[in-house]
Parts: sequence; structure tokens; C-alpha cells
Amino acid sequence: MSGGLDRRWIYLAMMLAVALPILWNGVTGKTFPESPTPPSQACFDAIEALPEGSRVLVSFDYDPASEGELAPMATSFMRHLMHKRLRPVVIALWPLGPTKAEETISNVIKADFPDRVNGRDFVNLGFQTGNEGVLKVIGTDFRKQFPVDRSGTPVDRLPIMEGITKVGDFPLVITISAGYPGGKEWVQYVSSSNPGLVLLAGVTGVQASQVYSYYPGQLRGMLAAIKGAAEYEALVSAAIDGDGVTPPRYTEARRRMAPQLFGHLLLIALIVAGNAMYFAQKRCKAVAP
Amino acid sequence: MSGATMDASGPAQGRWWIGLFLVIAVLVAIRAGIGEGMGRVYVQTESTSYASTTNEQGRVTWSVVADGTDGAVTIERDLFRTAGQFRAAESAAPGQQAIRVSWDRTIGLWLAAFFTLAVFSFLAGDNPAYKLTESIVIGVSAGYWMVVAFWETLVPKLLANLAPDMVKAWCMPNLEGGAFNPIALIPLGLGLMLLSQLTPLGRHVGRWPLAFVIGTFAGLKMVSHVESDIIEQVRATMLPMVAFGDDGSFAVWASLRNVLIVVGVLCTLAYFVFSVEHKGAVGRAARVGVWFLMITFGSAFGFTVMGRIALLAARFEFLFIDWLWLIDPKGERGMKVVATLVSCIVDMT
Amino acid sequence: MSRSVALLICLIGGLTMLVSPFLPMATGWANDVTDWFNILAAMAFVLGGGSLLKVQLMRLSARGPGWGYSAVTLLAFVVTLWVGLGKVGVVADPSAPMVPWSGKPDDEGSAFWWIYLYVMTPITSTLFAVLAFYVASAAFRAFRAKNLEATLLLATAFVILLGRTFAGVVLTGWLPDWASGLRLENLAVTIMDVFNTAGNRAIIIGIALGVASTGIRLMLGLDRSYLGGDA
Repeated sequence: MSGGLDRRWIYLAMMLAVALPILWNGVTGKTFPESPTPPSQACFDAIEALPEGSRVLVSFDYDPASEGELAPMATSFMRHLMHKRLRPVVIALWPLGPTKAEETISNVIKADFPDRVNGRDFVNLGFQTGNEGVLKVIGTDFRKQFPVDRSGTPVDRLPIMEGITKVGDFPLVITISAGYPGGKEWVQYVSSSNPGLVLLAGVTGVQASQVYSYYPGQLRGMLAAIKGAAEYEALVSAAIDGDGVTPPRYTEARRRMAPQLFGHLLLIALIVAGNAMYFAQKRCKAVAP
Repeated sequence: MSGATMDASGPAQGRWWIGLFLVIAVLVAIRAGIGEGMGRVYVQTESTSYASTTNEQGRVTWSVVADGTDGAVTIERDLFRTAGQFRAAESAAPGQQAIRVSWDRTIGLWLAAFFTLAVFSFLAGDNPAYKLTESIVIGVSAGYWMVVAFWETLVPKLLANLAPDMVKAWCMPNLEGGAFNPIALIPLGLGLMLLSQLTPLGRHVGRWPLAFVIGTFAGLKMVSHVESDIIEQVRATMLPMVAFGDDGSFAVWASLRNVLIVVGVLCTLAYFVFSVEHKGAVGRAARVGVWFLMITFGSAFGFTVMGRIALLAARFEFLFIDWLWLIDPKGERGMKVVATLVSCIVDMT
Repeated sequence: MSRSVALLICLIGGLTMLVSPFLPMATGWANDVTDWFNILAAMAFVLGGGSLLKVQLMRLSARGPGWGYSAVTLLAFVVTLWVGLGKVGVVADPSAPMVPWSGKPDDEGSAFWWIYLYVMTPITSTLFAVLAFYVASAAFRAFRAKNLEATLLLATAFVILLGRTFAGVVLTGWLPDWASGLRLENLAVTIMDVFNTAGNRAIIIGIALGVASTGIRLMLGLDRSYLGGDA
């Protein structure tokens, strides 16, 4: 039956289904239009609603293994925050998170918003070990957990940290999360005990299904997998670029929706083919004496 | 190493793998000979001078000053530049050295491509290239996490409390309020006990920090789970079965949605109650709960597929854009090899 | 003795966390205890590295099958540690240019950053990416509509897979507005909003009940498995 087919043919088909659309996109530069689903729209609206100069806590809770899904979200979030003249305070619950954050800061802030000053308009406070333990402490004493920024400067000397004593002092928290600790832990340890705080999450496909149960109560908005990233990216582009041309580095998620489409179609075709063979064989067995 | 490789592949398979890698090498060599080549990384050295000022509190602050300023300290960094920027610089001043090929980064890029292909090669079967890559990542990951934990947590939160003056002079010159904090001896002691597990003597002493971690973690988890996952989730399920719109009219879909959520949660919970036999009303409820669970798993599967394909696309993008220079969606190089190839084929036909 | 002290430490640590939300004066204690917990988590990274070193050295000295790969792992570990702890290639931070060790270990251009960018990133991200191939293969071989439950799972997966791409718009975008709820992209939203929420909510509540009961067992010393079998 299906066991007769060498699995490497399936691998080859998947490779072509993903690779060819990337090349096609590279040649034509075309992307599919995106219409936002409510969780993605909620993310956009929550950021739009903040007054200029507000501090936003952004947690980079992922590593390179998930950057295909999450890096476009991080880029869009950062671009949106900068455009609205909001001030991100970056932390990380994953060891490689600070480096991902530095990349995003370099690609977005240093490239397109060079007037923003480190320590005043944005800051990277780095990673702390302890997973949910970190969230527990910042719930009441932010500086105990993050005493210095990544350059070793005490947070007391950073203008961006003035008046911030606990996580509830941020009107908005964004987590870009690949798993544990991530979106779920931010809901459990921060959102639930700070009713006034708005929590947004960008999550991987693997997490999306579970984290969705917290939306829209404990989680005000969420970007689910690359589709969520593409929707939000389109919203941000429309708000910033209008009818103009969006710089190509801000179209990464939408570009990835073409291989996504053909990968999904292939998977459906494989399931249908597998079932067709299964039922055909079942019928043969039933007919045979 | 040879002893290690033989268990993964016999001589025939070994030849097959060598053949495959040779084919890839030939294809890459052909690609490298087309147009402007591939897989190079450019850098430009950025030089910044800093001069210090001291305020009334005696705090020293460094700020950027013009090159050549008396007493200024100059820091040089190599920063990424694109192939497009290199070509622009070359056309403006042929032979310029400001933007140049970075050999260590170029080697890194090719190594990254090798590692990517080596991991993909596992799809065809276990092989030495994959095993080598796997061995490297295990060692690098463990080392990486240790380094990050050391610089990001142990130095600022432990050493800075135990020996503030030393830490300030060594690596955190901006540190303030340096005084020995004896409380920091507690986590240090617990940490050393934890590390003693690596020695035969540490079996007993190592229990105490373990008990501390487990007790603290259990307490931490209990509070958050009860508050967030029981109270808040039950509250979110207390929905009006008959919903009305803003204008006071009966909202059919909102009511249906709420009913489905309430029924779904209750029936699925009924399925998880194993202390009661799943017969009669409980059995029927549990069966409905299974349907809800199946739909939940179906959606989880769909999203998981979505995630995996996105990650795969990202790796192909790395190979096509950064290494092979086949496409240039970010407009960093201004070269479109595939587009040129396609137009050539179209012209020929 | 060692065991009794461990049980007492476990109880005190757990109780401190439990009472802190209810007693404002205990918040500071809980923060201190959690801070120690977080520092211990950093020590656990060191313990992990030490364990790896120990195991790989044992494999290397035994010269069993695959010892060459153990040597590679060890070399990778030691080199990463050396360039990271030694801040090889790191330039001073602009806030203190006179202090050479003030720079971040993963600054652009440093050896540690090079390892991150050219070793960690490609390998870890490709390891996750190859799962796309295995998911496809497994779906072809094992995903069968054998009964109602399996069919529900399969149909849901189809709706999500189509509804979360442009295929949904192409296939059902023609439906009139009054039937827009049946468009695949909207069906996918409904599945997530209603059925997935209900199913996962029950799972979440179930897990939370399990966590609470396990926590009580641990704190009261009814579950002592973490202490090992003897002493």
C-alpha cells in the first residue's frame, strides 16, 4: 500500500513545494493579499491605542530554531512601536533571546530610526535565568531581576526606566514566544495577576492552539504562526507605508506565505492520496473471496 | 573518528555519500562561476572615538567625539555591508578597501551552508556529515548556555553582590553602590551544593538545593495555575447562553457560540474524569468531549504543519538568498540570477 | 538527617511562595527566595555543561563506538566556553571604552557571535525545519479517516490548512456575504474561537488541577521521588 512508496519521494515533493514558490517570489516579488483575523487586528489596535512615549515591555522568548516564524513578528512589532514613538524595554527568558533582540534592534531601530537613543528610547536588558521565577519577581520588583542593561549600566541610570518598579507599570507587554517559557507563562504569572495590563503574544504554530484559549480575556491579542505574522505585517505596512512601497525587509512574513500555500496543498494531497489507497485496498479485501 | 563513522555506513553506502557530496560540490562550483559568483560576506570597519567627561558626582561619562580629539579613545568594529554596497563603492572608486570581503565571515557562511545541507542529508539516511553536525551542536549549545548564564546572571546578580569592586573594575565599570551583600552567600552555597552532584561526595548534599528548587517551583506553580488556569479559565467559560446584541435583539450566533463553548468545556472535562465509569449520561457527555478534543487536535495539527513549513522556508531562503545568491528579494545585491536565467530561457524559446 | 532537612527546605520554599500573594509582608521574602531560585537556575546551566563534559570524557576514555563524535562534542564545548567566557574578539562597550572586558560577549564581530551566527543558528533551525518532511511522510502513511473521531480531526486539519492560506480565499471567496461564515478563512477562525478554545480550556483546567495536587504532595513530603531511593 502506501508503505510501498519510498518516503524520499515525499521529501522531494515537499522540497519542491516549498523551494519553487520561494524562487518564484524572488523573481516576481509578488505576495498574496492578507486580511487580518481578529487576534492579529487586536495586536495592532492595542499598540495604536497607546499614547506617544509609552513604555512597552517586549520579551524575546525564542531562539534561532523558531526564527522562521517569529523573527518577522519581532520585526513588525519593533517597527510599529518605533513608528508610534513608543519606547520598548527588551528582556528575554530564553538564553539566545538577547541576541535575537540585538538583531531586531539593528535591523529596525538602527537602520530606520537612527535618531532613537539607547537607554532613553529603547533598551535591551538581556536574559535572566529562572523562567517563570523571573516573571514572579518582576511582578513586584522589576529592578531586582534586571538590575543592569546589557552594557552593565544600572537601570536606575536609564531614563527609559524612570518610574518603572514592577511589570504592572508597563501599559503593554509583548511576548514573542517559541514555547516554554513563553506566552503561556506570561499569561499565568503576569497577565492574570495584573488585570489592567494588556498582554500581546506572537506565538509559533505549535503553541497557537493552546494559547488561543486565553484570548481575548487574559491575552488581548495574538499573532498565530507565520499567517498571524503576515497579517500583522500587512497592517503595519498599510499604516506606515500607505500606498507606497514597503521596504523589502518588512515583507518577510508575506513572502513566506507562498511556500506555505503550496506546502499545505501538498500535505492535503498526500493525506487524500493515502486515504484513497487505504479505502481502495479495504474495498479490494472486502470484494475478494 | 574512522571507527565512529563505520557503524553508520558500510563501504557501499560510503561511496554513495561521497558521490552525492561530489555532485553537490560540482553544482555549487558551476553556480559560483556564473555571474558575480556567490556566498561572500562584506564588511566595513567603522571607527568611533570617545572622550570622557566627569560630572559633579564624580561619574565618568563617555561620548562620541571627532576623530583625532586629544585624549579620545578609538574603537573599531567591522560591520556588515551588502554586495550592492560593495559594488557601488567599487564603481565609485575601483580597488577601494573600505568595503571588503570578510574571510572569517565568508568561511562562516559556507560552514553554515554545509551544516544546513548536512542536517538535510539525514532525510536520505544517517551519515557522517549529519553525525558530525549533531555532535558539534550538542557541544556548542551546552557551552553557549553556560556562557550566557555566566555573563547575564551569575556576574551581575551573584558576583556583583559578593565582590562588587572586583566586578566593577573587571567587566561592569558602570556598576554602582558596590557593597558586599552577605545574603548572596545563600544562593552561592546552594549553587555549590548543586554543582557537587558532579562529584561522588555530592549525592547527599546535592539534595538540599534540589529540594529548594522543587519546593519553590511547586509553590510558584500552584499559585499561578490555580489563579490563571482554574479561576480565570472557569470565569471565561461562564458565558450567557442567551446573548443579546447592543440593540437588545437576540443574538443567535453569539448564543450558539457560547452554548458550544460551555458544552464543549463541560463534556471534555467529563471525558477526563476517570474515577466515574463512562456510561449513561457521563458516557454520552464524554463522547461529545472526545469530538471536541479531536477538533482541537486537528487544529493543533494544522498549526503545527504551518509552523514547520515556515521554518523550512526560512532555511531554503538562507540557501537561495544568502549563500547561492539565486534571488534577491531584499534588494541587497541588485542581482537576480534566477530572473536572468528565466528571461534567457524565454528568449531562447 | 539529610533527607529530613531536604523535606523541610522543600516545605519552607513552597510555603513562602504560597503565602506571598496573601501576605504583603511576605512579598519581599518570596522575591528573595525566587531570586535564589533564578540564580540556581543559572548554576543548573553550569551543572548541565559539567555533566556533558563528564559523560563525553567517559565515552572518550572507553574508546567505544562513536568516540570520535564525543571528541568533536568536547572540542565544540570547550571552544565555545573559551571564546565566550574569554570574550574573544569583543571590543569595549561605548559606555566604557577604557575597560576591554565591558563589551557584550555576543557583539557583532566577536568569536562567540560567529559561533552563534554560523554554527548554532543554521544547525538548530534546520533541525526543526526537517520536521516538515517527517510530518508530510507521517500524514501520508498514518492519517486515516477510519472512524468519526479521526474524520473530525482530519476535516479540521483541512479547514485550518486551507483557511490559513490564500487557498481559502480562492476556493470559497465567491460565497455571498450572507454565507460568509462558511468561507474557509472564517471557518478556521470559528474552529479556533469555539471548538479549539473549549477543548483546550478543558485540558488547561485539567492540567492545573494536576499541578495543584502534585504541588501539595511534594510540599507535604508525600512524594519524595526526587530525593532518590536511599539514605
